[in-house]
Amino acid sequence: MKKLINDPEQVVNETLEGFLAAYGDRIARVGDTGGLVLREKKDKVALVIGGGSGHEPMFSMFVGDGLADASISGHIFTSPDPYSIIETATAADAGRGVLFVYGNYAGDNLNFEMASEMLTMSGTPNRIVRVWDDVASAPKERTEDRRGIAGDLFVVKVAGAATAAGLDLDEAVRVTEKARDNTFSIGVALSGGTIPGAAAPAFTLPEDEIEFGLGIHGEPGIRRAKLLPADEIVEELFSLILADSGIKAGDRVCTLVNGLGSTTLSELYIMNRKLRQLLDGAGIAVHDMVVGSFVTCQEMAGASVTLMRLDEELMGYYDAPADSPYYRK
Amino acid sequence: MEKITASQLKDLLLFTADRLIAARDELCAIDAAIGDGDHGLGMAHGFEKVKTVLSARDFTGVNEIFQQVGMAMLGAMGGASGVIFATLFMGAARGTAAAELTADEFAARMENALTAIQTRGKAQVGDKTMVDALAPACDAMRNTDGDLTARLSAAAEAAEAGAAKTAEYEARFGRAKALGERAIGHRDAGAVSTALIFRAMADWAAEQAD
Repeated sequence: MKKLINDPEQVVNETLEGFLAAYGDRIARVGDTGGLVLREKKDKVALVIGGGSGHEPMFSMFVGDGLADASISGHIFTSPDPYSIIETATAADAGRGVLFVYGNYAGDNLNFEMASEMLTMSGTPNRIVRVWDDVASAPKERTEDRRGIAGDLFVVKVAGAATAAGLDLDEAVRVTEKARDNTFSIGVALSGGTIPGAAAPAFTLPEDEIEFGLGIHGEPGIRRAKLLPADEIVEELFSLILADSGIKAGDRVCTLVNGLGSTTLSELYIMNRKLRQLLDGAGIAVHDMVVGSFVTCQEMAGASVTLMRLDEELMGYYDAPADSPYYRK
Repeated sequence: MEKITASQLKDLLLFTADRLIAARDELCAIDAAIGDGDHGLGMAHGFEKVKTVLSARDFTGVNEIFQQVGMAMLGAMGGASGVIFATLFMGAARGTAAAELTADEFAARMENALTAIQTRGKAQVGDKTMVDALAPACDAMRNTDGDLTARLSAAAEAAEAGAAKTAEYEARFGRAKALGERAIGHRDAGAVSTALIFRAMADWAAEQAD
C-alpha cells in the first residue's frame, strides 16, 4: 500500500507534530506522550478522550472549546498506555475531576481502567464512560460487548457541552451515559484499510462485494453481500438501527453519515439524501444532519450511519457551541 | 540450578527479551490471522524498553527487577497486551523481598502473576488468551519435582502445549471475539508469546546447568 509517510514507527508522532504546526496556538503536546491538551485550562471537569491512532480526526483532533480538554493517542489501532493517560489527564485536570470517554475495546478498557485506578489512588477524582454504539458488534442483550465507532462523535459532543456547562463529575457522567445509551450506529465496508508500514490491508473484499457491520479496525461484520445501490444499502442500515434502538415515529434524532476514510463526500451525501427520505417517511423528526469523515480506518472505503435520539436535555447540550479543528457547532 | 540470584534473574530476563524481540515477525504473522497483526511489534517495543531499564544498573532484590520489567512494558507497549504482560511481571514482584529465589519460590511468583492477570483481565482457561499458556505452566512448575532447571523445562513444555491448544478455542476477549468459530484453527498470539517467555527461561537455565 502506497502511503505518504517517512518511518512507520514515527507516523503517530509526526502526525501530531504536523497538527500542532497548524494549531499549536491553542493546543499543546503533553510531554513526549501522544497526548494533546488545550493551552487554556478552564474551571470545569476535564474531558479526556482517547484511543488508538489511525482513526483521524478522532480522537486527537477533537480537542477544543466545548469539546475535549485533552486527547491521548496510542500507536496505530493500539490503546495508549496508562502512564501517558495519567500524564495527559493530569495536564488537563483543573481540580474538578476528570471524565474519560473512549470506545469500548479490550485494550482501551484495560489501560484506561489502570490509569483511572492510579489517579484515584493519587487523589484525582475521575470517571469513565465507554462508547458502545455499534449495533452490529454484539446482540442487544450484550450491549456492553459492543464496540465504539462513529457514535463517538455525538457522545464526545454532549460530554464536552455538559462539562463546559459546569456540571459536576457525577452529573456529567449521567448526561454522557444518557447520550451514549441513545446513540446507535452501523457501518458498511467496501474495501479495507492498511496500517502504515503493513504490506496488505487487514482484510480484503472481492471487487463486487460489501460487508455490513464491519468494525473500524477491520473486525468482521454480520453479512457479506453483492454491491448494492446506495439507497438499498442505506435502507438496510436504517432498518437495522431502528430494529435495535426502538427509535420510532415522533422521536427526534440527530444523524451522522460518517465516511470510513476514502469514500467521497458525493457518496456520503447520496447516502444522506436517502437517510433523510427514510426518516421523513418514518415520521422521525430530524434535528440535525452531519455528513463527513470523522471516525476513519485509514483508507477503508465505506460509511456508517449513526442516530442519536434526543430529549430536551440532550438537545440543549447537542446545540451548545463547540469549536475544534475538525468539528464546530 | 537450585536457586536464582537477583543478578542471574537480570540475565535470564535479558536473554528472554532478546528471544521475544527476535520473534517479532513470527508473532505478528500469528496475530494477523485473527487480530490486527501487531502483537509482535508491541512485544518488541516492550522488551526493548526492558533491556534498556535492566542494562542501566545492577539490582540486589528480585522484586525490584520484576517490578522494573513490568513498568517498562506498561509504559512502552499500550494495547491489551501491554497491561497484561506488564501485570505478569508486576504480579511476579509480589512476595517477600529477597535477594534470590528457590525453585518453590519462583513457582509461587509465577502463581502470583497468574492471579494478578486473572484479576485484571478476567480470563479463564479456554478463553483463547495468554492464560491458556500461563496457567498450565504454573501447574507444571508447582507439580514437577526437581530443581529450577527441571521445573522451568516442564513449564515451557506445558506452556507450549497450552498455546497450541488455543487453536481449538473460540475467543472470548479482544478483537478475535467477533470472529466466533472463524477463530478456530488459529493460535492466540499472547499465548504463543507466553510460551516463548517460558521456553527462553528454560533454555537460559539449561545453559547455566551445563
